[in-house]
Amino acid sequence: MKAAGFRFLRARCVAEALALKAEHGEDARFIAGGQSLVPALNLRLLEPRALIDIAGLPELTGIRVERGRLVIGALTRHAALTGDPLVAAHAPLLLEALPYVAHAAIRNRGTFGGSIALADPAAEWPACCLALDATMVLTGPHAEGERRVPATEFFRGLYATALGPDDLLLRVEIPCQPAGTRNAALELARRHGDFAIVGVAATASDRELKDARIAFFGVADRPMRFAEVERALAVEGVSAAAEALARQVDPPADLYHSAATKRHLAGVLLRRAVDRLRGAA
Amino acid sequence: MDEEIELAFTLNGKAVRRRVPVRLHAVDLLREVFGLSGPRVACEHGICGACTLRVDGQLARGCLLLAPQLEGTDVWTIEGLTATGEIADLQNEFHARNAMQCGWCTAGMLITAAEILDAPAPMDRQAIREHLSGNYCRCTGYQAIVDAVEATRQARAAGRSAA
Amino acid sequence: MNRILREAADTPAIGAAVPRPNGRRLLEGRGRYVDDIALPRMAHVAFLRSPHAHARILAIRAETARGMPGVLDVVTGQDLAETVQPFAGLLVHFKGMKSAQQRCIAVDRAAWQGEPVAAVVAETRRQAEDAAARIEVEYEPLPAVGSLAAAAEPGGMIAQPELGDNVCFTREVEGGDWDRAMAQADLVVERSFRFPRHTGVCPEGRSVIGDWNPADRRLTVHISHQAPHMIQDCYARLLGLSESDVRVVCPDVGGSYGIKTHVYGDELATCALSMRIGRPVKFVADRLESFLSDIHNRDHAVTAKLAVKRDGTILALGYEGTQAIGPYSVYPRTSVVEGNQIANICGQWYRLQGYRAKVRALFTNLAPYSNYRAVGHPVAVGVTEGLVDAAARQIGMDPAEIRRRNLLRDEDFPLQTPSGMKFEGMSHHRCLDTVLRMMDYDSLRADQAEARRRGVYRGIGLASMIEITNPSAMFYGVGGARISAQDGCTVRLEPQGGIMVLHGCGEQGQGTETIFAQVVADAVGVPMGRVRLVTGDTDATPYGGGTWASRGAGVGGEAAWQAGRALRKSILDLAATIHQRDAAQLDIRGGIVVDAATGEQVTDLAEVGRVAYFRPDTLGGVRPELSVTRHYLPTQYAFAFTNGILACHLEVDPDTGFMKLLKFWAVEDCGKVLNPLLVEEQMRGAIVQGIGPTLLEECLYDERGQMLNGSMVDYLVPMAAEMPDMEVAHIETPTRESAIGAKGAGEAGTAGAPAAIMNALNDALSPFGAELTEMPFTPERILRALGKS
Ligand SMILES: Cc1cc2nc3c(=O)[nH]c(=O)nc-3n(C[C@H](O)[C@H](O)[C@H](O)COP(=O)(O)OP(=O)(O)OC[C@H]3O[C@@H](n4cnc5c(N)ncnc54)[C@H](O)[C@@H]3O)c2cc1C
Ligand code: FES
Ligand code: FES
Repeated sequence: MKAAGFRFLRARCVAEALALKAEHGEDARFIAGGQSLVPALNLRLLEPRALIDIAGLPELTGIRVERGRLVIGALTRHAALTGDPLVAAHAPLLLEALPYVAHAAIRNRGTFGGSIALADPAAEWPACCLALDATMVLTGPHAEGERRVPATEFFRGLYATALGPDDLLLRVEIPCQPAGTRNAALELARRHGDFAIVGVAATASDRELKDARIAFFGVADRPMRFAEVERALAVEGVSAAAEALARQVDPPADLYHSAATKRHLAGVLLRRAVDRLRGAA
Repeated sequence: MDEEIELAFTLNGKAVRRRVPVRLHAVDLLREVFGLSGPRVACEHGICGACTLRVDGQLARGCLLLAPQLEGTDVWTIEGLTATGEIADLQNEFHARNAMQCGWCTAGMLITAAEILDAPAPMDRQAIREHLSGNYCRCTGYQAIVDAVEATRQARAAGRSAA
Repeated sequence: MNRILREAADTPAIGAAVPRPNGRRLLEGRGRYVDDIALPRMAHVAFLRSPHAHARILAIRAETARGMPGVLDVVTGQDLAETVQPFAGLLVHFKGMKSAQQRCIAVDRAAWQGEPVAAVVAETRRQAEDAAARIEVEYEPLPAVGSLAAAAEPGGMIAQPELGDNVCFTREVEGGDWDRAMAQADLVVERSFRFPRHTGVCPEGRSVIGDWNPADRRLTVHISHQAPHMIQDCYARLLGLSESDVRVVCPDVGGSYGIKTHVYGDELATCALSMRIGRPVKFVADRLESFLSDIHNRDHAVTAKLAVKRDGTILALGYEGTQAIGPYSVYPRTSVVEGNQIANICGQWYRLQGYRAKVRALFTNLAPYSNYRAVGHPVAVGVTEGLVDAAARQIGMDPAEIRRRNLLRDEDFPLQTPSGMKFEGMSHHRCLDTVLRMMDYDSLRADQAEARRRGVYRGIGLASMIEITNPSAMFYGVGGARISAQDGCTVRLEPQGGIMVLHGCGEQGQGTETIFAQVVADAVGVPMGRVRLVTGDTDATPYGGGTWASRGAGVGGEAAWQAGRALRKSILDLAATIHQRDAAQLDIRGGIVVDAATGEQVTDLAEVGRVAYFRPDTLGGVRPELSVTRHYLPTQYAFAFTNGILACHLEVDPDTGFMKLLKFWAVEDCGKVLNPLLVEEQMRGAIVQGIGPTLLEECLYDERGQMLNGSMVDYLVPMAAEMPDMEVAHIETPTRESAIGAKGAGEAGTAGAPAAIMNALNDALSPFGAELTEMPFTPERILRALGKS
């Protein structure tokens, strides 16, 4: 199928992007890497009248460290994380998760921010952001300047986030992880590069796992941390945590996996992630 | 009428400029406007890799790139990569091993494989398979393709260390 | 080293691992497929398809669509009903089968989700799609048969109400002495099996350009298809033209696998639309419409039993299977060959004393269903081999051993099996021994035991099999289908000494043209590089059947051989006349006419060609005949059966239900191996097509007949990362029916892979007492078998 017709509008800065969006309203969509949006256009699942190309916005680019935070511009392509020394030093969890994200050709075009803005419940980056206590920085036509939303409040439901329809995600800020932090990113997918059936992104400051943050993806309408699971792990150990997970998690079935299967797989991944966190630093 | 834009980019080493409909994806653009036939589609939703192009030195899905997104880029297709001889060794290995049957996936496979031919770190067969995992081939069973890529990598590495 | 030409004078091309000369263009992006053809005045069609599995069409409003930019024509089924005849696949030798008549575009009622209900012709495909989206159709949804189970339910919904019930075809076969065999049995293992509905996912969607030339009153059809002459005949009759008014051209084909051997309503309509507007019209199925309108296949529910003695002797096999076809029997090959083939071959490679099979094809409101690679074989092999392993497990015998005791032996041939099939010669035990040696069976078993102690679960699966190839006229012709089982080949000497081959059987990427070039090169005595091929054009080639049922090399190759030998004789006769020699003492080697005894050069083919074409006046009345045509059809055997064995090694993670394929081995006996390079890659590709529906592929529908996974996002095809390496070896038992001795080789991997995986999986899971017989073997099903989900 071929995409329906649209106008293509190039924004040169955030202000222009917001102005274009205000002008074209609901009929317009931002396009970053296009790796999720263009398939939807080609399938005519979406027929926007206008696309506002944000790929040239200078405010959304770059990876840097500022005041103890790793700042990742929304337009950072997945592939750009590979071998980035700042990411390797301050948020190595992302590099553990990176090989699971799609295929080389898609990693070359798709953006970190696009993935967060889209908030696919089976995507890796939203879960990593949750595990890493990231803060999303957004802006929009109505807000005064920038809004900062912690990951715990950012993901609100199926493909639903704190981003309003006219908002832009500018960047993601991740507290730099102290040296020695333990990380685990694991997922199960039928084929290499597919979206996960279930996955887990976890981090802890040491092998005691008293403060582990364990984010699951593919188990709900959004990435999830379960306080009871983390508490059980800290206090009683992995079996109790697995039991807590089984009680707490209520995954939606997908085409090939029932809720029960996904619940079981989430438990398996939890145990494996815990093993990984406890293993070599 | 379809909205059109003036588009300028480099195609297989030559600067081109043309008025084109914005709604075309890169494969339709290259086929319909620029008369190429190497780029093809098999899904148009990002899964099969038949549409793979080299854009600004990197792999990209042609079906997931809109014509206007090519503005100012450097685009290479199988036609161009054949003409420069850059992948002649890989093509020969494909031929010798019959790593193409119907040929539909072949350009995408070659362009995808070309990216790892000079990768310095050693790469085992599984790593090659994973690199090719976004490219669908219904005919060959993949093995001959993996063999051809492996052989070309080894030959190039041997050539480098001999030089 | 662009082309590997066999210039060496005496090396035979047949049997050599020659790369495909025509592969080069595919490597350089210069293949020419239907979508690469742009004709003057060419327009494009898009089809509007029924969103309902079953619905009455109450009204179609197309005024808006007609006024959209670029739109040339908008038609409904009614508009084409006068000019395009309805069709249904019915063959008289399938006794009692029935089907409703299909229209190229639905009239009044749509019978599956995806059936065309209207078509828009426009200047571009995009414009046609824009307009199709604006056609308003008023439907009255009707109850739909959305699954095999629903079709089989007594008193349930009926897919085609006019037929009265859902039964398209049934057949029962009985052979040997069932009661006697059963009476001797110590145990009878019985299992239910499920084989999923799946589809071909050809990388190139179905593609056609109908080009009606009103001045010539002639239709040229450029089509991505496997059987050009069949399409010529079918289209001529359905469009009310004479055969000679239709020319069918098949350029490069981007994958077919059986999907492109059928008549599809949308393709036929494309030609009718060209006739309506007097311009060429192109249709290329996109991926979404491919899932909904390409033929589907398998969808079998089976219960079967195997009677054995404690000592491992297999006595009898009983099979009962139901297949869910679509709403029509697909034209012209029908939708019931899958079940029919199973009844013919299931278990027949064992020394059975008794055999019973009952097959049934039921209509549904799912997508049309017909022949896809290895028709029926994965089911027949899966059931047989699954039962054999189940029996072995039950009596505590090694799977290799039970096969050794029961597979047909070399001395059993020729024979007629209990199902009535005639086997000329096979090599089951040599294949078994070879595969066990290749895989180092005993070490693998030792590794398996050792790994289990570490909590690692590996499994080894064997699957012996047979494959139907080189079908005779007993396949379709006998049932009244105008599908040629013979193939014709013309071979011609060119004035400069080249050899031109025109063949009725074409290339789909398997290397048919290369095989023909090898065969003709040896038949005439020229280097292969001198041979040029023309295929896939009904105006140019002799009449032939095309490429399906693994017939290209065996049937087409023999026609090429016969034609090549005849041309060689003509050349030698002529050379003898020119040089006043005795033809019997001359030979052609490496393109040179030599004295057979001394090897001394007498003349070359260019000189023979020069005299024959430009100075025939010097030949004293001899008339050179340097274009010769030969036709070939197997007649002694209905089919040339091949045999082989597959072995699979895999590892299961019992925590996740994930399975990793570690390795495959295949030993195949396809008679004379004409080109091992091509056969081996055919085998590997076929194995991966067998792996697909065993692990990943399934067309999922809801109960209302809505396809749930009709895109490549949701329908999972095998990709490189999960596929294993595969080792292939050959045993050669040539058929004596032909001079070249080749049988077919295209489908064995697809036939045997599901069984090999199933057996390996159940071997791996045996410590848990878990067993799976329902494909695809998803993590979910494996976990469920392990009691974990
Ligand atoms: C075959 C395939 C496999 C894939 N596998 C995975 C996978 O395993 N894991 C995974 O995470 N992803 C996967 N993806 C998706 C891919 O990672 C996308 O790149 C990503 O989800 C979206 O990024 P993008 O830049 O391409 O966004 P686009 O497609 O450009 O946009 C997506 C949506 O986000 C909005 N948007 C984008 N950027 C912003 C912004 N800065 N502010 C506000 N809104 C914005 C757009 O308006 C649009 O609605 C896969 C894609 C494909 C085609
Ligand atoms: S056509 Fe682009 S990925 Fe399939
Ligand atoms: S060669 Fe046919 S799809 Fe790869």
